[in-house]
Amino acid sequence: MQQTGTERVKRGMAEMQKGGVIMDVVNAEQAKIAEAAGAVAVMALERVPSDIRAAGGVARACDPRIVEEVVDAVSIPVMAKCRIGHITEARVLESLGVDYIDESEVLTPADEVFHLKKDDYTVPFVCGCRNIGEAARRIGEGASMLRTKGEPGTGNIVEAVRHMRMVNQEVRQISVMSDDELMTEAKNQGAPYDVLREIKKLGKLPVVNFAAGGVATPQDAALMMELGADGVFVGSGVFKSENPEKFAKAIVEATTHYQDYELIGRLAKELGSAMAGIDISQLSLEDRMQERGW
Amino acid sequence: MVMNVGILALQGAVREHADLVEACGHEAVPIKRVEELKYIDGLILPGGESTTMRRLMDRYGFTEALRRSSLPMFGTCAGLILLAADVTDRSGGHLGKLDITVARNSFGRQVDSFEAQLDVKGIDEKAEAVFIRAPHIVSVGSGVDILSETGGKIVAVRSEHHLGISFHPELTDSTVFHQYFIDMVESHAAETTR
Repeated sequence: MQQTGTERVKRGMAEMQKGGVIMDVVNAEQAKIAEAAGAVAVMALERVPSDIRAAGGVARACDPRIVEEVVDAVSIPVMAKCRIGHITEARVLESLGVDYIDESEVLTPADEVFHLKKDDYTVPFVCGCRNIGEAARRIGEGASMLRTKGEPGTGNIVEAVRHMRMVNQEVRQISVMSDDELMTEAKNQGAPYDVLREIKKLGKLPVVNFAAGGVATPQDAALMMELGADGVFVGSGVFKSENPEKFAKAIVEATTHYQDYELIGRLAKELGSAMAGIDISQLSLEDRMQERGW
Repeated sequence: MVMNVGILALQGAVREHADLVEACGHEAVPIKRVEELKYIDGLILPGGESTTMRRLMDRYGFTEALRRSSLPMFGTCAGLILLAADVTDRSGGHLGKLDITVARNSFGRQVDSFEAQLDVKGIDEKAEAVFIRAPHIVSVGSGVDILSETGGKIVAVRSEHHLGISFHPELTDSTVFHQYFIDMVESHAAETTR
């Protein structure tokens, strides 16, 4: 008998993406550039985060026509974003055959209280997190993959670094906690007890955790790998750079060989300028996408 | 004797393979550069994205080095595609180690990915098989032994010291496939030193 949509199949899909780069694309042409550069998947969306930031207004799930165009253009997996809590956007993306859905704070939330109950779906989900409480709640809801929230569309790596360090530090703390400390930790973090028990048993998160939100250079991608990311999402970084093809290839290579500094230096030398960056302190609290999600 | 089993570590589920090699009592060696191939007795090509792996293999000289290499090799999912002589939707295969034709993503998209229990020739217990956007083997040449099928599709084959399977034993706790491959590596090592 063949069973689809099992936890192992959904989490396993993310395991296969490890050590790779997932790139935001807004059309088939960009998807092909990403695939040719060695991306392990593409994320289809209507606008990259920096443009969402610039445009303002409500950011929704991608037009199904773009999703279909991208699905037809490449043989690597296609991911797409839906708004937090938007059951129907998620179901529509699932019916379009996307391979992974990102319930994402980059889009305007549809629900300011509840996230999707993601284990109801056959398609797997990835969600953003800043700390172990957010990570464990998303896993508890059925997310099969995590990523740092970072601060999307800023070209500033500082928030992704903060979130990766925080989650990994908390995982280490939980791994050495005694059993009788775990329930209070669950209470303090607002984290499901069972998920914390699983983290303690494994000594690591039970799902893959990628870096996202602010990766703008090959050095940024390598830094996140150094800090323990399983792989890297690049949003605005690729197609807002001077030479997207070269840039995409350089990010892929820097992610694979993140400790080969000579290589990374060589890659960086050949690139034009990266996207312009934004200092996080210039963003008001309501402009910070990372504050979305509960 | 402890075998050094390399795992091509350009992208994909490297650690999971390493854990199972170590659970069999052997040494797992992540391989990121061609020079490192000389320290190993056999090589695992892990699951991941075959398109991505191939691009990185070309860039770092692995494609040529592995075509020439006489190492025993074991490919899972994307690794199976890399070992095949032919792939249905591209002209020219990758490493050509197994005289087979594979079709990629042939069970559908991720929502169609599945688990099943399989009978595998040469392995006594039912194997837990996790298929993720998996390829299948459309046809085999002479000298290729079919080890397993599911739903009328060939999903595991062996030819001399090359083993290729469509699914992911590295996502289970079972060491049966890794032990099977290590046995192949050991007999190959014994033959070449004789």
